[in-house]
Amino acid sequence: MIKVEQLTKKYSGVTAISNLSFEVGKGEIVGFLGPNGAGKSTTMRILSSFMPATSGRALIAGHDVFRDSLKARMHLGYLPESVPLYGDMRVSEYLRYRGSLKGLGGKKLRNRVNVVKELCSVKEVENKLIATLSKGYRQRVGLADALVHDPDLLILDEPTIGLDPNQIRQVRELIKSLGERHTILLSTHILSEVEVTCSRVIIIHRGKIEASDTPGNLVGQLRTSGTVRLEVKTDGDDPIQLIEKIAGVKGVIATVEDGWQRCSIRIEAKSDLREDIFRLAVERRWTVRELTQERATLEDVFVELTHTDD
Amino acid sequence: MRRLFTLLQRELSVFYYSPIAYIVLFFFLILNGLSFWFAIALLNRAPSENTVVQVFFNSAFFWIAYLLVFPVITMRLFAEEFKLGTIETLMTAPVRDSEVVISKFLAALIFYLSLWLPSLLYFLIFSWLGNRSAIGSAGQLLAPYLLLLIMGMFNVALGCLASALTSNQIVAAMISLVLTIGIFFLTLINYVVNVSSPLLRDITAYVAQLDHMDSFSRGVIDSRVFIFYPSMTFLLLVITYQIFQYRRWRT
Repeated sequence: MIKVEQLTKKYSGVTAISNLSFEVGKGEIVGFLGPNGAGKSTTMRILSSFMPATSGRALIAGHDVFRDSLKARMHLGYLPESVPLYGDMRVSEYLRYRGSLKGLGGKKLRNRVNVVKELCSVKEVENKLIATLSKGYRQRVGLADALVHDPDLLILDEPTIGLDPNQIRQVRELIKSLGERHTILLSTHILSEVEVTCSRVIIIHRGKIEASDTPGNLVGQLRTSGTVRLEVKTDGDDPIQLIEKIAGVKGVIATVEDGWQRCSIRIEAKSDLREDIFRLAVERRWTVRELTQERATLEDVFVELTHTDD
Repeated sequence: MRRLFTLLQRELSVFYYSPIAYIVLFFFLILNGLSFWFAIALLNRAPSENTVVQVFFNSAFFWIAYLLVFPVITMRLFAEEFKLGTIETLMTAPVRDSEVVISKFLAALIFYLSLWLPSLLYFLIFSWLGNRSAIGSAGQLLAPYLLLLIMGMFNVALGCLASALTSNQIVAAMISLVLTIGIFFLTLINYVVNVSSPLLRDITAYVAQLDHMDSFSRGVIDSRVFIFYPSMTFLLLVITYQIFQYRRWRT
């Protein structure tokens, strides 16, 4: 659906993205991650034909976004980061205007406007002036606009920025349900969101792709040693000494709280020692309140790949 | 074609939704009214060879209203899209840059023309109440309105250009005001400067809006106007188109 080949964009000497190449297949939901200024918005703006690349090319549904821009734009619904809307228009009026710009007309236009109003739950504000809407509604009107012509591809630049947790959940559910029929490329800083919605993640840093894989694989590849958390009542045993004897344990830190020993056990990467620890606890007749292995999250991956000291 | 129509409809609706349109219309009507009153008063004072139409279209009030209206109409057109960022949603919809430029130009031109409609009533009411015609011949009424259209095209295009240059409406208005008034005063060079070189006279004759109106309001149609202003309008719109595209690509 999207094909990007060696895309480079320079702004008066500054390279925003350099030699970016990636593909997004039909039906994928791809999370586009990276620190601020990494080139996410630039890439999305090039894909949406808002501005041309310095070199390289990008195709949307087989159409070059620069040479065959109008056709490429027909296949695309784009939600810019700042969600710019005309404040002097009413919601329904705006959606009708946008739909008609995108080539809809007559009965089809009316139908689609109604469908997206339902879908993005903006029905209750359909007659309000956009200027009077809250941030959450504006975001959803923007999303409704992106969807109005039923595009194959959605490019969403930080669709949940500025929303409250409930709204974030709603938008996330919406995106997930849209993923059944549309291909989606979305950028966000909320990594837990990516973990639940996206089938693939592309992490870019300083204009280059650092990683591109499923969230699970990325987390799996992360080479930081794991940690097991254990909370036990030991009746006088010293848990540190005993646990450290288990093969694979690299160190234990324990604190006492209300008679419970709270241990943080560092273990070797890609090993799972919970069974051994549990057997030890049974053997010593400890009371176990918690035994969990902390897993690396996408956040750890993100920080590892994009962390810089400067 | 339908896209252009949709864009035009949107641009026009902005004019009539915003309070600015009504403020413009209000002051425009006052100035036109003064101009008309001035014409009648002048003709009442002494016998004159001039018709009401002639005096109306050559009064100072007329020119003030005419020159000031362009910056006010056009300052918003492109500057606001850049300021609000709506340029991004607009230009990622399947529309051509040229369609956007043309629709904005046409909307401003239509609004400008609609401002002149009430003045037509003045002449109708005059002939009805005064029991005499405000004009010598039909051409004398048609010609000045035709000239308003032709010169209006040029000045609206100039305003479009100014608006495309900046994201600030006030700056756009200032640029357009300076350009509009600057070009208007080129005519006066011949009156002010004593050395009237034939070359200078020839050049300024093309942009001499005062002189055009003088002859058109007498019913004398000068064909140079029909070549010069439309071609300049086209040129200005092409430049506007280039600037519009350049600024978008640079953001």
